[in-house]
Amino acid sequence: MFKILEKRVFSPIIKEMVVEAPRVAKKCQPGQFVILRLNEEGERIPLTIADFDREKGTITIVFQEVGKTTKQLGTMEAGEYILDFVGPLGTPSHIEKFGTVICVGGGVGVAPVFPIARALREAGNHVIGIMGSRTKELMFWEDKMREACTELFVTTDDGSYVRKGFVTDVLKEVIEERGKDNIAMVLAIGPQPMMRACCNVTREYGVKTIVSLNALMVDGTGMCGCCRVTVGGKTRFVCVDGPEFDGHEVDFAELARRGATFREEEQRAMEHHTCQCGCGGGK
Amino acid sequence: MAEKKEIIPKKHPMPAQDPVARARNFNEVALGYDEETAVAEARRCLQCKKEPCRQGCPVEVYIPQFIKLVAERDFAGAIKKIKEKNALPAVCGRVCPQENQCEKYCTMGKKYEPVAIGRLERFCADWELARGVETPETAPPTGFRVAVVGSGPSGLTCAADLAKKGHDVTIFEALHVAGGVLMYGIPEFRLPKKVVQAEVENLKKLGVHIETNAVVGKFATVDELMEEEGFDAVYIGTGAGLPHFMGIPGENSCGVYSANEFLTRTNLMKAYRFPECDTPIKVGKKVAVLGGGNVAMDAARTALRLGAEESWIVYRRSEKELPARHEEVEHAIEEGVKFALLTSPTEIIADDNGWVKGMKCIKYELGEPDASGRRRPVPIEGSEYEMEVDTVVVAIGQGPNPLVPRTTRGLELGKKGNIVADPETGATSKSGVYAGGDVVTGAATVILAMGAGRVAANSIHEYLMNKKGRN
Repeated sequence: MFKILEKRVFSPIIKEMVVEAPRVAKKCQPGQFVILRLNEEGERIPLTIADFDREKGTITIVFQEVGKTTKQLGTMEAGEYILDFVGPLGTPSHIEKFGTVICVGGGVGVAPVFPIARALREAGNHVIGIMGSRTKELMFWEDKMREACTELFVTTDDGSYVRKGFVTDVLKEVIEERGKDNIAMVLAIGPQPMMRACCNVTREYGVKTIVSLNALMVDGTGMCGCCRVTVGGKTRFVCVDGPEFDGHEVDFAELARRGATFREEEQRAMEHHTCQCGCGGGK
Repeated sequence: MAEKKEIIPKKHPMPAQDPVARARNFNEVALGYDEETAVAEARRCLQCKKEPCRQGCPVEVYIPQFIKLVAERDFAGAIKKIKEKNALPAVCGRVCPQENQCEKYCTMGKKYEPVAIGRLERFCADWELARGVETPETAPPTGFRVAVVGSGPSGLTCAADLAKKGHDVTIFEALHVAGGVLMYGIPEFRLPKKVVQAEVENLKKLGVHIETNAVVGKFATVDELMEEEGFDAVYIGTGAGLPHFMGIPGENSCGVYSANEFLTRTNLMKAYRFPECDTPIKVGKKVAVLGGGNVAMDAARTALRLGAEESWIVYRRSEKELPARHEEVEHAIEEGVKFALLTSPTEIIADDNGWVKGMKCIKYELGEPDASGRRRPVPIEGSEYEMEVDTVVVAIGQGPNPLVPRTTRGLELGKKGNIVADPETGATSKSGVYAGGDVVTGAATVILAMGAGRVAANSIHEYLMNKKGRN
């Protein structure tokens, strides 16, 4: 059992939790993820590690309520326990001194970008952060990102905060302004369409772009192959070979199709979810 | 000797659920002997002096001896006798390929049907489980700590043996529940999960610690377990947790599962109880399972239970070469699984949304025997045809999961990524580190993995005792 030590509500659907998991906290690196399961009937879902504290033995997760499990998790409070919490899984981000790097976080993707941006900066990189969300209410961790990055650009799709525009608009502007040859690498994490769009921007400039994929998973240790994705014409497992890959090589269309495999069932699970926890399921 | 025994030529049949009913439920198929049947079957044993049956058993269970006790109605004595050699009889009695092992060598089998050794083993184990298992005595604590990586059949066996010898054993299991392939792979209808969990509970009574959600190679490497966590020896039994795919076009279409995924969703995550359980699974009307082993049979039978109208085994050799346990093939046929033999797909075809709608297949004929001694399948030119299916399960085998082999310093690996270990001792190239089961041999059987766990436990004990002598 893994205790929830802190909970912060960023918006009705985006929440942060600090979970006591010393085994995970001791070894995790930026870019890795955990898999959690809430109860005996629960499914196993992967969540990227957003922060960690080795001394306190804690892992921070930030999640958006999109399915039954994340909704249920969202109703849990500090002091309650998560049944299973396993990690760190996946291959850590490749951190070294590249020069100038751009770290793009879209929506809840800002959370996993944060520890990577911090590590890249600690490794001596000039880190340009770009973070964006649909609207002001969904924005979180601007302060943490500002601290982690050398400079930070913020945008909202609807213009309700700082400026109007997609992260791809900002990305394009920054590359144009600094010159493509001065950007060693771009890291983009967020919803699949956003990562795909970032890759389309950087492909034109020939700037290497790393994305962190969110695929369906069961065990997360390479055992089931559910998370397979085509990268550079080869089948790779997101759980062990990734989650980070060269975005220009990823078959995003296939990833999206496979991700939708259980869409009907996910809907049914939400409808079936008529528990009294007030999470809004079953309506 | 008393009066001459009447010869009963056939095994007493195993009571089983009706095929039509059971093909739609997940309850256990084979129901087990009752006491009278068990005693009657035990009396078929000739008690021959040469004990050929024992030579066919990878762990050399005292077969005639335990059967004699069953015939004498000393069931408690019988299970004790079995357990001298086999730590998991309730499991083995259900899943061992007895026809290729003990029963293959049974003297009765030369003229008649062999004694139903497996069914008797299961009877004894279930008899004991129903009454509560007596915890065996353990040796006084040695002060040594051993880490067992993986809680499948080989890890469970190794841990039990080491605990009995007085060592402090911790099992690290990557999943949220102990049992490995017995939990995620073998279906409920063949091996009820409560049987596995009863065995796991027995292990805990021996003082074995089980840490679930612990992926060795990730939260700590084998080296770190020894250097930082104070383990004196490590046993690696991480199994064959890497699914093989065909490598044909269309394999990443929606509706294509590895057998591992298909079975893990169903068994471990209980997708057959969706939506009461959260994990979904989707089977269409017509399922094709590629492969002919036990895993393939499990998947094909599971597909029917999940509601498929048709479930097909697609296998490139003939029925004779099917590597599955004979009983599994029989059960599959009874339940209505269909067989497309001497057939292999060359491509999986998807619809516009990326969902499987069919397979391009080619017919095979058998040629000369290959390295495995089986006749090599040769494709027949011009025999290509299309098979309409909407779900494909790839069950063509598994390789060793690379997580532990790749993260352990100084561990010699084979060409297929398997750990190289001495079959006589389980010793690897790294001092204090032992390995066994599928991670060494590639996908094999539960009983072989258990045998390897036992062998390694003996070597680890010896290694630790020598270490003590030196200090």
